[in-house]
Amino acid sequence: MSEQENMKEKQEKQGIIRDLITLGVISIVTLTLLYIFPDKKEPVLSTPWNFFIEMMLILPAVMVMLGLFAVWVPKDIVVRYLGKASGVKSIFLALILGALPTGPLYIAFPIASALLKKGAKISNIVVFLSAWACIKVPQEMVELQFLGVRFMLSRLSLTIIFVVIMGIFIEKVIGWREVTKNGC
Amino acid sequence: MTVTAILINGIAIIAPSIAFIKDKEKAVKSLKVAGKSFIRVLPMVLVIILVIGLLLGFTPPDQISRFAGEQSGLWGVLLVGAVGALMHIPSLLAFPLAASLLENGAAVGVVAAFITTLTMVGIVTLPLEIRELGKEIALLRNSISFVIAIIIALIMGAIL
Repeated sequence: MSEQENMKEKQEKQGIIRDLITLGVISIVTLTLLYIFPDKKEPVLSTPWNFFIEMMLILPAVMVMLGLFAVWVPKDIVVRYLGKASGVKSIFLALILGALPTGPLYIAFPIASALLKKGAKISNIVVFLSAWACIKVPQEMVELQFLGVRFMLSRLSLTIIFVVIMGIFIEKVIGWREVTKNGC
Repeated sequence: MTVTAILINGIAIIAPSIAFIKDKEKAVKSLKVAGKSFIRVLPMVLVIILVIGLLLGFTPPDQISRFAGEQSGLWGVLLVGAVGALMHIPSLLAFPLAASLLENGAAVGVVAAFITTLTMVGIVTLPLEIRELGKEIALLRNSISFVIAIIIALIMGAIL
């Protein structure tokens, strides 16, 4: 096992421990509060219990999708396709590749970094990262489940529009700064 | 069970079945990854569920609507948006939290701001992002993401 993988595993373990400690603390706080205010038991536990059931109905399925994508889609696929794409089509590609059901955002940073080194367009990288952050397929499904179709669709379409604008804008800003730097 | 849940579970049964026919070894591997990630996220699910419980039980609805309701206006959107930017929880868990806020008097725009900053802006992961992408891109992306999250929130508040 490489050193990098070792470090990743160590971070993963620390993350689990941190989560468990958080869970322990919050459980103690909840139990203490419920002991002091026994009449709060109903409001504190009933709605969250329903949320928990709803979560358990979809979370395993979401994880199965994540697992399938993690094993079947090679990591370098993004770099391969997005590395030298340009034009309107590449923005769509960045949106779709980002939206694939894969892990949390910090996994996307090294991929974006590889894209940057390969000379991919900055607009593509920013759109890819943003799509990864908030247009992910499983995320939209959970949003649909909890907040309804109108909320989900309006937020999704607004996000896509603004993310594309942001990508182009950041590319312009960085390009412009490079020009002024070289000019001096 | 809602339509969404049935749909997702349907896909989660059919897709691995096809995977099994194509390549048994890989299919088993991906189910193992799925199981691991599920167990990994479970403690955080319970934390969020308890936080929602405490929030609902101990903050009266009129407090929630004062800080995050219609009349909180732009300040509510900015305040809750900032909270979302600082929080570091799996984005999937943002939705039950958002739904409970909405049910207890928070405005649509405020809830939209919360979800959007939570997913797009990451103060906790910013150092990592700077290391991988450089200061320029990381800072621009996070600050502009915050601004567009607020704009999206205001539009959502106006149209829904």
